[in-house]
Amino acid sequence: MATAATLPTTSAVPRQISRKARRAAWTRRILIGLAFLLTALFLLVPVAVIFQQAFARGVPTFWANITHPETLHAIWLTVLVALIVVPINAFFGLCAAWAIAKFQFRGKKLLIALIELPFSISPIVAGVAYLMVYGSRGIFGPWLEEHGLQVMFALPGIVLVTLFVTCPFIARQVLVLMQSQGVDEEEASLSLGAGGFKTFLYVTLPNLKWALIYGVILCNARAMGEYGAVSVVSGQIRGQTNTLPLQVDLLYHDYNAAGAFAAASVLAVLALITLAVKTIVEIRSRTE
Amino acid sequence: MIEVREVSRNFGGFQALNNVSLNVEQGELVALLGPSGSGKTTLLRIIAGLDFADTGSIHFDGKDATAVAAGDRQVGFVFQHFALFRHMTVFDNVAFGLKVRKRSARPSKAEIAERVNHLLRMVQLESLGKRYPAQLSGGQRQRVALARALATEPRVLLLDEPFGALDAQVRKELRRWLRRLHDELGITGVFVTHDQEEALEVADRVVVMNKGGIEQVGTPSEIYDNPATPFVYNFLGHVNAVPATVSGGVAHLGGLRMGFAEGEAPEGVGAGTAFVRPHDVEILRDGDGILVTMRHAVVLGPSVRVEMELENGQAIEAELTRHRFTELGLERGERVLAAPRRAQLFLDDGRQYTVSCLTRPVAPRIVPSAEGGIRQRRP
Repeated sequence: MATAATLPTTSAVPRQISRKARRAAWTRRILIGLAFLLTALFLLVPVAVIFQQAFARGVPTFWANITHPETLHAIWLTVLVALIVVPINAFFGLCAAWAIAKFQFRGKKLLIALIELPFSISPIVAGVAYLMVYGSRGIFGPWLEEHGLQVMFALPGIVLVTLFVTCPFIARQVLVLMQSQGVDEEEASLSLGAGGFKTFLYVTLPNLKWALIYGVILCNARAMGEYGAVSVVSGQIRGQTNTLPLQVDLLYHDYNAAGAFAAASVLAVLALITLAVKTIVEIRSRTE
Repeated sequence: MIEVREVSRNFGGFQALNNVSLNVEQGELVALLGPSGSGKTTLLRIIAGLDFADTGSIHFDGKDATAVAAGDRQVGFVFQHFALFRHMTVFDNVAFGLKVRKRSARPSKAEIAERVNHLLRMVQLESLGKRYPAQLSGGQRQRVALARALATEPRVLLLDEPFGALDAQVRKELRRWLRRLHDELGITGVFVTHDQEEALEVADRVVVMNKGGIEQVGTPSEIYDNPATPFVYNFLGHVNAVPATVSGGVAHLGGLRMGFAEGEAPEGVGAGTAFVRPHDVEILRDGDGILVTMRHAVVLGPSVRVEMELENGQAIEAELTRHRFTELGLERGERVLAAPRRAQLFLDDGRQYTVSCLTRPVAPRIVPSAEGGIRQRRP
């Protein structure tokens, strides 16, 4: 303060700045604190409650709930649907992104809009729409019944609506990157004598690797978690067409809270694993 | 030898190439020169097999290659933005063309390594084989792209704006280096550029293109000294366009009379435009000349660019030596006379003449400087 007294003209300015800086620092702390508080309140607490409730009656009860045949079947069905849907969507996403990024054609904008359609349609609406098409009173229903093909209230129906709901995830990720990369490297590869397949394998695919993996993770998370559309087309037959989210809902409505939370904890663990893998992929793709 | 026969290409209503024919001789380095949209890159891509002609054909060494895929044409293509494989090292980039060959035609690993290292030595990047493209400078990337294109021993090297993405200093170095490399390897080369200086300095022959067609083909000095069309005149460096009329066997540029060569003078009257290079314009205080108003002078190293204005408000430029400029002591706004020593006259009916000053200018002739400084190479 001695210097402030002897040099009032120079000290006035720093003091003003420091007061402003202090205020800015406080603003920052409050905002960050608020963000953490809200995240904890709305995200962390519910997730914690899931595990707390799942283990509320001890580990043996939890284990019994998990290994209940219906729940086990629901887990298996959920994984099976994801195993079918994700590769199909990866293939479709690559093809669609390739077509859109590398070729000029009429109706390109329409195709992009169609691919993104599931983002803007409520899943339950999608489910009802599929019911109208493949259900017994739907457009293809009678024909399918005649040939003994069960689509609705069975695995094919669940797979179909999940495909619909998750179709934009991989295509979007890959397309954005493809468009930014252009076709120069592919042309270079072609002129160096590599054929179409070798060019795809050695040039296109490695360049898309991280976008593809990222899209697969997102698609997988959504495929496993989908409730609305699946609930309409699955028929919710216990031990047959119940996926994990449906099973959670069912158990909860049966007043079996412990069972519901045990099943939910499996979903939560799957989500946490997805999150971890996604974070690792993000870090690795940034360093490469 | 590359032969382009009557090739046309249309992109959704835009005529990129219009009935273009061109021969490139064995071992020669040809520049396709033109403004953007002139079709030069399209022509190069069609030669490479990266694009295909709507009509017309491409022949390599007399054999029709129109329908041959890019990979089977034995051409090396260097892209404007290099197009290096970003996830491969420099070594793998150069080796790519050899590695993707069919097993029967593929050299052994050791042979590939030897060839790649030889190429990296040639482009002076020996020590950088393990780097990724993102870790290289622009000039280094360009050299990797060249080495990669040469690795498969192509019979033709095609380069799309090879120096376009580099800064001025690197550009000058690299284009001399390219010229040397070409002379050493004796490979047939075609490169695209919009930079007239680059085309004149590097190429054996220059093809000037405009609006999907070829305006003129010739050696750099032919193109520069005898432009075939007003476009070529305009495109090759600074040029003044002065309105002119013809009557009684004499060309009139403003108040200045200019004569035709013996027996060439057109009959009757006509009108057109006279093109004059700035270094062919003398500035006088009295005598014969076009009345102009002095506007501005810019010192460019050893020469001075003087900007003036014709009576009709049109700009005209002269290039003087510094000595001559000081001697004249021009002032801004001063009325002086501009006297072209020679001009290329294009009449509106398409006829073309070289005209020169009838009265000898008072001042001594000025040696052409940097503007006209084209390097004469190999006869």
